[in-house]
Amino acid sequence: MSILSSTYDSGAFFDEMFTGGGEVRPHYRRLAERLGTLPESEFDQRRAAVDLAFLRRGVTFTVYNDAEGTERIFPFDLIPRIIPAQEWSRIEAGLIQRITALNLFLHDLYHGQKILKDKVVPAAQVLSAKHFRREFMNFSVPRDIYVSICGTDLIRDHSGNYLVLEDNLRCPSGASYMIENRAAMRRAFPNLFQSYGVRPVEGYADTLLKSLLHLSPRSAAKANVVLLTPGVYNSAYFEHTFLARQMGIPIVEGRDLLVRDAHVFMRTTAGLVRVDVIYRRIDDDFLDPSVFRADSQLGVTGLVAAYRAGNVALANSIGTGVADDKVIYAYVPRIIKYYLDQEPILPNVNTYLASDPTERKFILQNIAKLVVKSANEAGGYGMLIGPASTAAEIEDFRAKVAANPRNFIAQDPIMLSRSPTWCERSLQGRHIDLRPYILCGAKTVVTPGGLTRVALRKGSLVVNSSQGGGSKDTWVLGSSG
Amino acid sequence: MPTDKTPPARAQATVMLSRVAHSLYWMSRYIERAENIARLLEVNLQFQLDFQGINDDPVKEHWGSILASSGDEELFDTLYDTADSRSVTEFLALDLRNPSSILSCVFTARENARMIRDQISVEMWETINELYLFLKSHNTTEIWAAGPYSFFNDIKRNSHLFQGLTDSTYPRNEGWEFIQFGKLLERADKTTRILDVKYHILLPSATDVGGAVDTAQWQAVLRSASALEAYRRFYVREILAWKVAEFLVFSDSFPRSLHYCVAQIDDFLRRILGETGARPRSEAARVARRLLADLQSLTIDEVLERGLHEFLLEAQTSLDRIGDEVVQTTMFYPVETEQEQQQQQQ
Repeated sequence: MSILSSTYDSGAFFDEMFTGGGEVRPHYRRLAERLGTLPESEFDQRRAAVDLAFLRRGVTFTVYNDAEGTERIFPFDLIPRIIPAQEWSRIEAGLIQRITALNLFLHDLYHGQKILKDKVVPAAQVLSAKHFRREFMNFSVPRDIYVSICGTDLIRDHSGNYLVLEDNLRCPSGASYMIENRAAMRRAFPNLFQSYGVRPVEGYADTLLKSLLHLSPRSAAKANVVLLTPGVYNSAYFEHTFLARQMGIPIVEGRDLLVRDAHVFMRTTAGLVRVDVIYRRIDDDFLDPSVFRADSQLGVTGLVAAYRAGNVALANSIGTGVADDKVIYAYVPRIIKYYLDQEPILPNVNTYLASDPTERKFILQNIAKLVVKSANEAGGYGMLIGPASTAAEIEDFRAKVAANPRNFIAQDPIMLSRSPTWCERSLQGRHIDLRPYILCGAKTVVTPGGLTRVALRKGSLVVNSSQGGGSKDTWVLGSSG
Repeated sequence: MPTDKTPPARAQATVMLSRVAHSLYWMSRYIERAENIARLLEVNLQFQLDFQGINDDPVKEHWGSILASSGDEELFDTLYDTADSRSVTEFLALDLRNPSSILSCVFTARENARMIRDQISVEMWETINELYLFLKSHNTTEIWAAGPYSFFNDIKRNSHLFQGLTDSTYPRNEGWEFIQFGKLLERADKTTRILDVKYHILLPSATDVGGAVDTAQWQAVLRSASALEAYRRFYVREILAWKVAEFLVFSDSFPRSLHYCVAQIDDFLRRILGETGARPRSEAARVARRLLADLQSLTIDEVLERGLHEFLLEAQTSLDRIGDEVVQTTMFYPVETEQEQQQQQQ
């Protein structure tokens, strides 16, 4: 019995693989044919082989609050998510447009603040944002690139429209899984790729290195690039080593670096060696105990001074978090229009700001029908999905929003699109999102693919790995596809 | 990975973080240590089985002597009541409370490898990781039920695989020197301890010398160092105590003999510390040169006269000093300048 023969219900949602009438969409047909010939036992074998490979290769994340420091594999589903060429070129154009505008916005915020003076974005919203770093006013970052690495979360609504859910402009993670998932799929279904014309994602590390070298204060030929990690116990440590290895750059901890005369050096067996570019995977707060949190054990004393002196570059820059604040998010369409004089290609999810009196009233009245999010939480925490919550949870959030309006937004609930996913021995529809990765260097490049996250729990809309999420390989098809 | 341009030549290809060197050294040492313990346990379990019921006394002493030679006797006594095959195996193989159990060693090796995941090949990492996952999936009862030999064999094989992969996938740079230095230092130390096991067994009575149990014990010593075949080719006829000692201490061709290891240690040490002159500049090189000179010039008679046990202890002390010195001179971070200290007080 093949795994496709089970009855599949695409429900009232937009399904990536099937039309409302139950037909397989054209770009999924060859996959459907392949799955149609695959007995369940063989599918199971391949699944087990992939899981074992992830474990052996150490493609794991560390579970916090676990005494043994347990490492888990990120659950992986073998049914890929497929994006046709045309659909992708719109996504790509939309993402490039968005990051271009956001980089211009950050530059403006930390310099003339024209956009605030023109009252396109209320000054109060920016100045009250948690990640706005006043210390960096009038500081010019290398090449005016604030965000070199961006991961933008996209979702599709009930009619299949792509919407931006959030921008991740600080230390977006997951790119290593995009590449490892591809490697796993190549092993599981080696022949499918050739016939499908799937575009490769393996160029990511190469493009990343070029983007980092682009920032170097010294010539690229001399530049030393390092990846700064919080260390082996960080949940994303696998990703840090993976990317460092792919780029052939050293991975360093704060204790490996020191600052002398406003230059950054690493301690090597042959003495001190100058560092030019730091791809930091440490939050602003922990970068430099002499400027930010004094109790940080992870950072490097004097790093910010070296950065200010222009002797070292940081990617991403400091203070980029102000632009991925969930309140500022609501203004991004206006930000795009303001700087680029273009209509946004990828729309936002309809968003209400609790800080606006009219909208606050609307939120408080309709809270049971809305999704409420706090401005600066990540990982699916600090949010309320009204339709799926108890009366007590709703009242709790209503009180929170009323008490601290600046810290909350509300959005229309989106019925995320679903993709067939292997659960409980059959194919079932599960909600998914998509995180593509955008790199800004001499040019802006979107890697054709991304991390498709899937909410494995039945009915769940939360795709985060900390809350029962898994992932899928994302196939962007070449022009023939 | 497809690249359209050759990446720029960067200086970083030739520099090595002190922390990385440190981790390479310990990773290598701990894998070698795990393998040696596996070998020691395997051989001695076999030995116990062979001689069960023939003569109980020397067999009973055996485990005590193995614990004594590894220097973990005290810890064992606080954790276990009696020293028998099962408790000693548990203690030396899988007990995480014992920092030198096989599992602890592999765990430490893996943690060090994890810290330098970006520096070693995928093959090296996967081998260490698989060994760790393999050990974690076993408990003593299961091992006992299945017969412990395949268990120890898997550990040894993985260690050999790791060393072979290191040889064929790791570049010959400074990191390589640290890997080899760590491995050889550990190997030299373990050879002295394996030989010392026999010393800890109470001296057999006159009638036992050359008897079945005595010969079997010396055979076990040789097998613990993977040296039985090599020994047989060298001294064709018989297994004699002083010849076994001579072989394991002085052989200049057997890769686990103390002499062979120390000659290599001296070589890697010179490269790591940049010791090019005839007279060594560092304490580590001086100690190594002195030990090597002894191993090149002494005879087994002189060693036995001085006392084999004392000689082995001195060698262990020298090896410890060499290791500590190298760690201190190359791995400790340079002294902070005054300016930095001021910065840190702000």
